[in-house]
Amino acid sequence: MTLLLENVTKKFGSFTAVDQLSLEIRENNIFGFLGANGAGKTTTFRMILNLIDPTNGSVTWNGNNITYHTSDSIGYLPEERGLYPKLKVKDQLVYLGKLRGMTKKDAQNELSVWLDRLKVPQHLDKKVEELSKGNQQKIQFISAVIHKPKLLILDEPFSGLDPVNVEILKDAVTDLKNQGTTIVFSSHRMEHVEQLCENLCMLKNGKRILHGNIREIKRSFGRKNLKIEADFDLDFVKHLAGVVKVQTYSWGIACQIENEEVSQYILHELLGKGFVRKFELEEPSLNDIFIDKAGESYE
Amino acid sequence: MNKFMTVFLHTYLSKVKKKSFLITTGIFLVFIFLLANINTFVDMFSSEEGTADNTTVAVVSEEQTIMDQLNQRLENGESNFQVNELETSIDDAKQLVTDGTYAGALHITLSEQELPVATYYTNDTTNFAIESQLSQELEQIKVAMAANQAGIDQSTISSIYEPMQFNTEQIEADGGGGEELVKTEEELNGTRGLVYVLLFLLYFAVISYGNMIATDIANEKTSRVMEILISSSSPVSQMFAKILGIGLVGLTQMTIFLGIGYLIITQKQEELVGGFFEVFGLSDVSVSTFVYAFIFFLLGYFLYATLAAMLGSLVSRTEDVQQMMLPVTLLIVAAFMISMIGLSDPSSSFVTISSYIPFFSPRTMFLRVGMLDIPMWEIALSIAILIITIALLAVIGARIYRGGVLMYGTSTSLKDIKKALRLSKKE
Repeated sequence: MTLLLENVTKKFGSFTAVDQLSLEIRENNIFGFLGANGAGKTTTFRMILNLIDPTNGSVTWNGNNITYHTSDSIGYLPEERGLYPKLKVKDQLVYLGKLRGMTKKDAQNELSVWLDRLKVPQHLDKKVEELSKGNQQKIQFISAVIHKPKLLILDEPFSGLDPVNVEILKDAVTDLKNQGTTIVFSSHRMEHVEQLCENLCMLKNGKRILHGNIREIKRSFGRKNLKIEADFDLDFVKHLAGVVKVQTYSWGIACQIENEEVSQYILHELLGKGFVRKFELEEPSLNDIFIDKAGESYE
Repeated sequence: MNKFMTVFLHTYLSKVKKKSFLITTGIFLVFIFLLANINTFVDMFSSEEGTADNTTVAVVSEEQTIMDQLNQRLENGESNFQVNELETSIDDAKQLVTDGTYAGALHITLSEQELPVATYYTNDTTNFAIESQLSQELEQIKVAMAANQAGIDQSTISSIYEPMQFNTEQIEADGGGGEELVKTEEELNGTRGLVYVLLFLLYFAVISYGNMIATDIANEKTSRVMEILISSSSPVSQMFAKILGIGLVGLTQMTIFLGIGYLIITQKQEELVGGFFEVFGLSDVSVSTFVYAFIFFLLGYFLYATLAAMLGSLVSRTEDVQQMMLPVTLLIVAAFMISMIGLSDPSSSFVTISSYIPFFSPRTMFLRVGMLDIPMWEIALSIAILIITIALLAVIGARIYRGGVLMYGTSTSLKDIKKALRLSKKE
């Protein structure tokens, strides 16, 4: 079960939202989809879901076009959350489940399993508008997974949730992956992507600027992070050759360096200047890569 | 098809179970009930006042013959008051009126030409009924007396006053000749009633159910549940499931209204004969007229419902629905006006032309079918044009819907149609 995007392009008038995007997303995989706001993530999702047609290129799932015949095996959590505000959680999820081809009975069974699992069984008979935003989001999540989809698309699944609930949902997502679901998800939270995904793709202005295994991406990025804590002024470090940028913190500095050899040169420079408490070389974080590639800062 | 049923049933059930639906239906039923029992209520209130039905007028007459004739005439004719001759002076009679014993006092004197002259004294000048009847009767008595004085005998007078016989007869057109035949007077009266009822029902249905569809779609967009819905099942099938679902809501409501209305009417038949039935004369209407009523009602609904669904998909907030529906509402009102004009002159070319224009034809064509004998092919042509228009609107509407539901923004102009079409197709 592979989701394949081949040279997918979407133009709205003269504006190109997605440009020649090719991706291969395999089964049992959580695929991270990154990009700044307006990079074309949601448009790509909508094309995968066949809500809008690509101007060029094709999207296939397991070799077939995605149509409303396949929609029963696809789950979708849109970025803009949406449920019927006046409808009870129970009725809502049964209706949405039936729209994904479930029987009423199946939907009712699955629904209570999921409500227990996400620790909100008490909301079964409440109207959605009475729930807190976080709980609404859990209901929304259930609506995306209740029919056991083979392909699950999650657009910003964790935004607006507290850390406890993020963990609950993350566990659920990981379980689904282990059960064989192909999951595509987008997030601005790099640590979530780092924790969950093996493969990712980054979009900028509709173009793919990064793609592949997360470890390889980090390795090929080349740069490393270096943390230094010392009893003397470290300001001079940013003028050293090979240092890309320096951020000053209360405890010391964190700098990005061009490659790991630079660290040894810096170490050499530090020697004899005073007491060095910490000198630590790290892999770059996805956040660093994102900021570097997307050219904009996110939390 | 399965999902179509899911959306269809969901739409239907959620609307029918809604409080607002139950309340509206309830209010309407109360209204129908009140209307049917209006006579009873009027009687109830009138008899409370006590005298209105049993009003007595005091008459002081100088001439006994006039008094006798007046008594006789009032007995023969229908009048809801009595006269009571008093031997007192008119001033005493006036006093009695002030005391409330009589509704009024009539003073009849003779003029120099020996003809009656009357003055009516009352403290209730709002009740014209007594006054006008009295003056009418006295008028005739005066004419009779004047004629007598001129030496004309009674039979001549009655022949003068006898209404002329004026008969209208329809000439049967030989071989058709394309001339439209007007139905017989009884049939016409019957259908006019039915056409009237249908025009109102269609007007009510199209406005309220059209709005219901547009609001429902706009609600799904506002709550953003739409994106999940259209990723689950095709927007086009959803659109039609909605149109049919709300159509069924409409039929349910209409059936309740008509069913209860029919029950009440049959129960009160004795009271209403000569009232309701004479005006609406439903018993004279042929079955085919009812069938056409149903056909044109459905087609009219589908036409406007498709339009409403299309427009509803363009707005992103429920508040904007009314604004978007304004052109449709105007169209409905225009159609209503045309049909009201057509009701009095069904064979005018104006009505004939509009009976082929899709947005007007459900009413005007039905009006013509009901009130004229028109050739089958004209009906068929009009229905065919309607069906083609509905199909065309459905195809365009479905495409606009598909793009429209993904569109969010504040603008609510018809320019959005272009944008929606662009969204729904490849470029």
